Amino acid sequence: MPHANALYGPLDPAPDAGYEDAPPRMGFFTDTSVCIGCKACEVACKEWNGVPQSGLDLLGMSYDNTGALTANSWRHVAFVEQPRRAGRATPAFEQEPAGPAISPETAALGALTSADTGTDPGLPTGSPGAAARMSGGPEFLGMPGAQPPGRGSGAEDRTDFRWLMMSDVCKHCTHAACLDVCPTGSLFRTEFGTVVVQEDICNGCGYCISACPYGVIDQRKDDGRAWKCTLCYDRLGAGQTPACAQACPTESIQYGPLEELRERAAARVATLHERGVPEARLYGHDPNDGVGGDGAFFLLLDEPEVYGLPPDPVVTTRDLTAMWKRAGLAALAMTAATVFAFLGRRP
Amino acid sequence: MTDMPPNEPVGARFRDFQARIDQPDGQRRRGRGHDGEQLAVPAADFTSYYGRPVLKPPVWKHDIAGYLFTGGLAAGGALIGAGAQLTGRPGLRQVGRWTALGGVTASAYLLVHDLGRPGRFHHMLRIAKLTSPMSVGTWILTVFGPLAGVAAVAEIAPRLPQHGVLGLARRLAPPVGDVAALAAAATAPALATYTGVLLADTAVPSWHDAYPALPFVFAGSALAAASGVGLIAAPAAETAPLRRLALAATAIEMVSGRRLERMGLTGEPYEHGRAGRLVRAGRVLLGVGAVAALFSRRNRLLSAFSGAALVASSVATRFGVFEAGVASARDPKYTVVPQRERRDRREGRSPAEKGT
Repeated sequence: MPHANALYGPLDPAPDAGYEDAPPRMGFFTDTSVCIGCKACEVACKEWNGVPQSGLDLLGMSYDNTGALTANSWRHVAFVEQPRRAGRATPAFEQEPAGPAISPETAALGALTSADTGTDPGLPTGSPGAAARMSGGPEFLGMPGAQPPGRGSGAEDRTDFRWLMMSDVCKHCTHAACLDVCPTGSLFRTEFGTVVVQEDICNGCGYCISACPYGVIDQRKDDGRAWKCTLCYDRLGAGQTPACAQACPTESIQYGPLEELRERAAARVATLHERGVPEARLYGHDPNDGVGGDGAFFLLLDEPEVYGLPPDPVVTTRDLTAMWKRAGLAALAMTAATVFAFLGRRP
Repeated sequence: MTDMPPNEPVGARFRDFQARIDQPDGQRRRGRGHDGEQLAVPAADFTSYYGRPVLKPPVWKHDIAGYLFTGGLAAGGALIGAGAQLTGRPGLRQVGRWTALGGVTASAYLLVHDLGRPGRFHHMLRIAKLTSPMSVGTWILTVFGPLAGVAAVAEIAPRLPQHGVLGLARRLAPPVGDVAALAAAATAPALATYTGVLLADTAVPSWHDAYPALPFVFAGSALAAASGVGLIAAPAAETAPLRRLALAATAIEMVSGRRLERMGLTGEPYEHGRAGRLVRAGRVLLGVGAVAALFSRRNRLLSAFSGAALVASSVATRFGVFEAGVASARDPKYTVVPQRERRDRREGRSPAEKGT
């Protein structure tokens, strides 16, 4: 008998998948307030998991030249530059001119750059319109220039700025759409509550790629299969910490039982609010959200979409029952139309 | 040594590069938007990560759009074949059965061809899974395909010799074919409509939000395509039901198709760009085909013309719906804006506060 929340709502995924005496659900808490953008996680992940290189390219949009999570990048460090004050910190460039270092045209051009990551769709080019709009808005995101910020724009445009860095990863959702729609059973739920692709089963149908509400899973071009973060399933089985968390020098990436991480994250947000960083918020921690909570959740310093995350993702299978009902009705309509056509009087 | 003049200030070359991008009279073409879109900068109504898509656009190639068409054609053909069989129209029955076999063969090929690992297509048969429309569809195809094959092959019975083993086959084939054809027709509506769920059960905004309409659009499109083939190939004396069927199909598709554009922001891709042109072409061809079919009772040429229009309409609609989904996944707007609105509504926040 499937759980009442099998498709939507709070759920402990491992027992629901049939594990008896499952270990506690394990996950990541990525605290972006201490991320320094060193990309050690990206490198450690590639080293441990034997992930192929993802192309050496300059995207021309920021210090982030990985661009997105792909089949060949299971960790992706996002980099965002914004002209706004960071908490109560002393304005860093009070006596220096600082301001927008990018024009809408440059931002638009940056959105059109791409790199061959050896995967499909890999790192798709963006929408120039969307990029240009951003550069004009208050949440400017742009490439750091070769000169001190805003030297050319005059003192009247002066603002402070901050850098946001965030190491993105597969969210290992409670309700994982990729797993639900996989027609081969290649994607499976581990005893730790994580979601892993079995590379000897995957036949590259690509359904998981369209189903993921976070745009995580991706297809490798040369072998046709879908790949993503396994939360180092092999290391977990041996009682070890995943490679990225092990390599993180600032403990921005924390690994542990999900319950414990959620408590730790709530405490960290409270501390940050107390210290005058009111914009600190958690993302993906809530078991009542659209995907039943993420196994890998984040502390962000701005809206999720600034980091390229969907603001309110919902697992597509939430509506699956309604979808099958509509298909059933349509099938009935089709049958009725045929009966109507053939029962009519003969000429 | 470089050729840089010794007194050039640091960063001069970068500024020069930037100026060329930014200046209207620069040598570089500026503001290359999609479809020559103007890069005037409106208020930031949403933010995104450098304009990059949040979702991964579908990796499905046009094989899948073609599959939507051929699968629907096969289902419609099986239904027409069964209807003709039960109402004593042998010519139309044959056309229906061959359409079903041709359609299902093409769709099986297209499905396997689209896989990243075509040699592993049989991994689909490891499991049956209701939460995966692709798994459900695989099993529908697995049931439908052989039945449609038996039904179509049974049609060659009259050409077999009267005696011997083949003579036995000649006598057995028609009843076996009839049973297989009816069984195929029973699964056909599922084959034609599950594809609506296949597309809708994704994170692709314009597909997911269209879930109430897509199965109906595809059902109508499938019947239109199969009626079209019948109008072209079946004996004129037996095509009367096809005219009524084309009309019913047009009604189903037109009514449900209107819903696609009424979805708000995520309905936009069905109206703009290449997807919009295809969807519009599909609708115009459907109307033309249906009207021509009505007046083609005594005109073989007009009948064939209307059939061709109906088939073309189905192709255009399928490719249009496919492309609209891909376009909606490529632009972060269709992911971010509706989700923001939903979240703000739920949290009782007005849009003005969203910048906090």
